[in-house]
Amino acid sequence: MSTIPADALPLKAHEPHDAHHDADHKPGFFTRWFMSTNHKDIGTLYLIFAIVAGIIGGAISGIMRAELAEPGIQILSQGWPLGPGTANFDEWTHHWNVLITAHGLIMVFFMVMPAMIGGFGNWCVPLMIGAPDMAFPRMNNISFWLLVPAFLLLLGSNFVPGGSGNGAGTGWTVYAPLSTSGSSGPAVDMAIFALHLAGASSILGAINFITTIFNMRAPGMTLHKMPLFVWSILVTAFLLLLALPVLAGAITMLLTDRNFQTTFFDASGGGNPVLYQHLFWFFGHPEVYIMILPGFGMVSQVVATFSRKPVFGYLGMAYAMVAIGVVGFVVWAHHMFTVGMDVNTKMYFTAATMIIAVPTGVKIFSWIATMWGGSITFETPMLWAIGFIFLFTVGGVTGVVLANAGVDNYMHDTYYVVAHFHYVLSLGAVFAIFAGFYYWFPKMTGKMYNELLGKLHFFIMFIGVNMIFFPQHFLGLDAMPRRIPDYTPAFAYWNQISTIGYMVTIAGMAVFFVNLFWSMAAGKKAPDNPWGEGATTLEWTLPSPPPFHQFSTLPKID
Amino acid sequence: MKLIGWAIVLAAAGLTPAAAQAPQGDAPVAASAAAPPTPAQPALAQVTVPTPGIGVPDGRKGIQEQVTEIGREAQSFHDNWLLVLCAVISIFVLGLLGYTMVRYRRGAHPEPTRNSHNTTLEIIWTLVPVLILVAIAIPSIRLLRHQYSPPPADLTVKAIGNQWYWSYEYPDHGVTFDSYMLKEGNDPTRQPNQRARTDADGPPLLATDERLVIPVGKVVKFIVTSNDVIHAFWVPAFWNKIDANPGQLNEIWAKVDRPGVYFGQCTELCGARHAYMPIAVEVVSAERFAAWVASKGGTMPGARPPATPDSTGASPVSEAAVPTAAQPQPNAGPAAADPAAVRQPAINQAATAQN
Repeated sequence: MSTIPADALPLKAHEPHDAHHDADHKPGFFTRWFMSTNHKDIGTLYLIFAIVAGIIGGAISGIMRAELAEPGIQILSQGWPLGPGTANFDEWTHHWNVLITAHGLIMVFFMVMPAMIGGFGNWCVPLMIGAPDMAFPRMNNISFWLLVPAFLLLLGSNFVPGGSGNGAGTGWTVYAPLSTSGSSGPAVDMAIFALHLAGASSILGAINFITTIFNMRAPGMTLHKMPLFVWSILVTAFLLLLALPVLAGAITMLLTDRNFQTTFFDASGGGNPVLYQHLFWFFGHPEVYIMILPGFGMVSQVVATFSRKPVFGYLGMAYAMVAIGVVGFVVWAHHMFTVGMDVNTKMYFTAATMIIAVPTGVKIFSWIATMWGGSITFETPMLWAIGFIFLFTVGGVTGVVLANAGVDNYMHDTYYVVAHFHYVLSLGAVFAIFAGFYYWFPKMTGKMYNELLGKLHFFIMFIGVNMIFFPQHFLGLDAMPRRIPDYTPAFAYWNQISTIGYMVTIAGMAVFFVNLFWSMAAGKKAPDNPWGEGATTLEWTLPSPPPFHQFSTLPKID
Repeated sequence: MKLIGWAIVLAAAGLTPAAAQAPQGDAPVAASAAAPPTPAQPALAQVTVPTPGIGVPDGRKGIQEQVTEIGREAQSFHDNWLLVLCAVISIFVLGLLGYTMVRYRRGAHPEPTRNSHNTTLEIIWTLVPVLILVAIAIPSIRLLRHQYSPPPADLTVKAIGNQWYWSYEYPDHGVTFDSYMLKEGNDPTRQPNQRARTDADGPPLLATDERLVIPVGKVVKFIVTSNDVIHAFWVPAFWNKIDANPGQLNEIWAKVDRPGVYFGQCTELCGARHAYMPIAVEVVSAERFAAWVASKGGTMPGARPPATPDSTGASPVSEAAVPTAAQPQPNAGPAAADPAAVRQPAINQAATAQN
């Protein structure tokens, strides 16, 4: 690099000869997609994987909403999509627990994380920092391919015995002793192995992102000039690296408790079931930030682009994410306020949890301040980003309610909690994923999506998800517990509204898939930068789609 | 909606008769029910019929009516402070977003400004949330302190979770029984010897064959544990919820000031029939409690065992129960050997109650 005079480096990152010669030479199909070392192809694989997992996880929630549409057991008794029907009542209700477990694990580990970190992270981090690829391309490949057997193990666990029926019916939290002495059969072991593999995949990915971001930034791209999406992935990668080994340890102890007569979580052998919960949530709370931080980053890019302004309070935005990541490690026990904690511990976790509202508030206000004074247009990505800002605020304030240990012991394990975390995940993280998807779709595919269908998708889904989840606040306050397939008739009305909301959401998703396939087949050709002067990050200087290898001459940032 | 909820709370507390006139069907019922229990029900087998809207879910958009002081404090903290803040903050953000979207849309504002810093503004939106959080934290910590400052207990009840029913023990009274959900008459899984649910028992999935019975106005200590997996013990009208962990004794307390029937459910995933292990608590006068204890073959602490429980049990209870309080020193009396034996765990609990 040093041999090239600085003035020879092009300001525009793509040179014509880059696109024409060996830079765009692609290997054959099998080598390209199964032995890939290309961050863009691996990102595409992750995105396809996330869409497939999202369809499965979303279909499972459809079965759940159908069952909850009215009191009594109607759907579970009809037989079970993954097996023959049965007359055994306990098997029906066990299948319910399998559904909630699968829905949670699939959406967390196989939809949101692969889409945000594996998909958009892989695609955009090297492009945004001006790097030719990830630091460890082969490790990148194995990160993805570990996810596939993990998913197959999880799906396969539904076909083997897991206690009262087939499948792991432990909830995504896999609490002992329900997951140890409470679930005989190999289903829970398979689910645990699935988590091991998915965890290893994420740890390798995290190492890759940290190394890439620290070592492969283009000349002049200092940490304080990095786009906020790269910052968000950097913080997320650290959270993954520190949190996932704790999960791996906890579920390994579950495995030995299950199979080798250890008693880590068994009180009768001197263990403690609450220890598992501490270990799980020491991972689990950072995990919820792992799912939302990349969303913060994407929303920052989208809001700045369509406001045609640089992001407001850049340093505050970056360090707010760092603060959220750090504080996120010391609040885990607010998921366990009812396990029987002493009062001082509860007071600490109440106070520490509420502190997270401060950097989160900084982010919300900075996004609005970015829009303030801008020249805003409302293309589809911007609609999703604005929807995200509002709905994440709603999920955030109910989070502050739940942070109060004295109040949480009413809300805990009720539908209020379900409503809260779906507002921040299903309406927060997923909205951010759609914002990112529409934002980068032209860059990734070289085709424009259909704007009308995109907007239709947004508005239908906005109505739908709010219809699903807002009434669940009422159900929770009226004391409906989580994770039940059947309920007393007093809960029927709001559950019915919620189920109708699911149907609306599905209609919105149908529009999305129509748009997806139509745009891939017949979308207009996308220009290098379809978004105008607001899109200032490096990926928009490249052709759409970018050449197979980009930045063989590094761009220089001033 | 919130106003009505508040009116119900006041009505139950018997504070404002005017509030009881609120246009809510069950509010007057609440007010009258706050008076001494439905009188003249001598037969102890008589089942207290649940009051609609109190102690049972009724499809409302708010917290269930609270019948303990702690519950009312917590409910008022939520309804009158947290909920208001939630609404104000959400509407503020929505309004700000809406205004920005209209004011700075491209049509109205074609040339974007380049403002990207404003230190004063950034300090304000860091500090104001901090102040709001402090204003939340102070009543929140106070609430926690109150929840963890139980008065001396008048009575100890042990609730034990099982897959999938609750067992209750009254170690000071020598009463032990299991409590199963009552199935519907047309439920094919109902065994011939199982009684079908009637409306007098409570709503579907919440009614139990045996209710947990506690006296009104007495501090009841619940010792909660489990025999198998983790369950959670919760009566929404008493506010508190606590996990039932195997191998661990957890403690909560409640001083219920209104007789009636209150329903709750297991709230920790515990396997296939997690949805079907409800909790039904019947709160009765001291006299009826003593009669119930006798009907269960137990004895009131301090009462002479051979006496007929109906006559002697009634009056001594109220005095005897108070000194029994937290420490187990009294009633070295000739109470039957078997309650004394069961009392042992309660002593341990009085010690661990400090945590």
